[in-house]
Amino acid sequence: MSAIDTLRLTAEEAKKLLEAREVSGDELFAAYLAAIGERDPELHAYLYVCAGAESGGDGIPIAIKDVIGTKGVPTTAGSKMLESYVPVYDATVIERCKAHGLRMLGKTNTDEFAMGSSTENSAYGPTHNPWDPTRVPGGSGGGSAAAVAGGLAPWALGSDTGGSIKQPAALCGNVGLRPTYGTVSRYGVVAFASSLDQVGPVAKTVRDCAYLYSIISGRDANDSTTVDVPQVELPTAQDLRGVRVGVPKELNDAEGIEPGVRDAVRKAVELAESLGAEVGECSLPRSVEYGLACYYLIAPAEASSNLARYDGVRYGLRDQGADFREMVMRTRDAGFGDEPKRRIMLGTYALSSGYYDANYGKAQRVRTLIKREHDAAFESFDVLVSPTSPTVAFELGAKVDNPLAMYLNDLLTIPSCMAGLPGLSIPCGLSEGLPVGLQLIGPQFAENALFRTAHALEGALAFDVVPERYRS
Amino acid sequence: MAGISRDDVLHVARLARLELTDDEVTKFQGQLSAILEAVSTVSELDLSDVPPTAHPLEIENAWAEDVPRPSLSHDEAFANAPDREENLFRVPPA
Repeated sequence: MSAIDTLRLTAEEAKKLLEAREVSGDELFAAYLAAIGERDPELHAYLYVCAGAESGGDGIPIAIKDVIGTKGVPTTAGSKMLESYVPVYDATVIERCKAHGLRMLGKTNTDEFAMGSSTENSAYGPTHNPWDPTRVPGGSGGGSAAAVAGGLAPWALGSDTGGSIKQPAALCGNVGLRPTYGTVSRYGVVAFASSLDQVGPVAKTVRDCAYLYSIISGRDANDSTTVDVPQVELPTAQDLRGVRVGVPKELNDAEGIEPGVRDAVRKAVELAESLGAEVGECSLPRSVEYGLACYYLIAPAEASSNLARYDGVRYGLRDQGADFREMVMRTRDAGFGDEPKRRIMLGTYALSSGYYDANYGKAQRVRTLIKREHDAAFESFDVLVSPTSPTVAFELGAKVDNPLAMYLNDLLTIPSCMAGLPGLSIPCGLSEGLPVGLQLIGPQFAENALFRTAHALEGALAFDVVPERYRS
Repeated sequence: MAGISRDDVLHVARLARLELTDDEVTKFQGQLSAILEAVSTVSELDLSDVPPTAHPLEIENAWAEDVPRPSLSHDEAFANAPDREENLFRVPPA
């Protein structure tokens, strides 16, 4: 067996090595454990690393975001509330991974209850960006993105409510898909905002991303929001002939987009044109202007309801109290960090008597506008493109004391999430030595169009996914 | 609706069953006011003729056959319980 370079090995290549018996499942797993031992003390991508039989399977290794329930393996959601929680059943996506022989490396760090854009809201300390450990990996799925970028997993599962797969993928230079709402089961996944939450893949290549999506997607009797999904096509085309690429003005000119990010995205759009795509401008005026406000009314409202279950009764933390009410209130004060508390209060306020129509009710109507604007854009275009994040990875600590500044990280990913649309982020270049993400958005169930477009661009961009400081 | 008072914060915290320290009330009052001011932009829009969207897919009624199947045992269901008495969750008096 030749030495396995976990920084470069894709899942597709790992599969070939396993099938040709050039490496065994144990050797492959050991190579990743060695990489974790070497680099994770600095990165802190993992909250838990699997040992022995609990990893399951003997195939391609995979890392799992710690909001996804894993039987017999701790699942904390990055919160003190679930510090000692060990699920007694697997999430459907875990069952599907296991049925494909995938082998779990461990559970990756996340902002508490997936609420955040930097992974700094984790109760277990932040994850560091493999490109520059003084910077954040994005969030909430910073652990999964850092694990893939740092060669600590060939691919990973994340979850996305308003950008938690796409934004970390952008900041860590990997490929992340937020699938169409309803294509991937949430059964067994810690709930944040149920009309938005989706599970999806993070990988080094678009083909790996498509392959992992084909494994986890499809109707599940245990999640009544799931539907039948079109057959996944692993992309092969190197050109973009016949693909109509729309450039929404407001998503590309929004205030706060760094010049280096704008340049890298503009070059990627020019590249798309040179590959044969028909490129044109379009407009999503109210989606961008009101999307963030709409999201920060709807997502906290749903979160305040979902997080009501943490009451110290059936599972999770319990604090002491003289009576039931005191026990519940103390448990929730001790178990939740600041961000869940903020969102629970914001959501409770938005839903409270006298404010409901002006807040939650209004936001639901704005959501209809956002959906209509995207529908109109897709009458003329197959795929819409923009930066994934307005900025490259920022310094740890830069935004922790200003929640509103943190929320602006998701300005460009949120509108399509509100409309239930699939979105893919691929690395399209560097700015200040840090990766820039290109966001591709499609109509509902158009994952194959995203894979096709992103794969052709990926080939032409030839972005090196290995962080510069790890290259030998 | 921009800006909420200290009493508003305490009221919402009570509704949400959160016990907050005085310092937390002060901190959250400022932060929540700033966030509410930012999201209040939606009230500018006249949306009286726009229907609400509660769910991004147009699915109606997902039916399932009502068939008995194995479920968790009592010991599994109580595996993470902070306190158990026989087959009940035990809590302080209400």
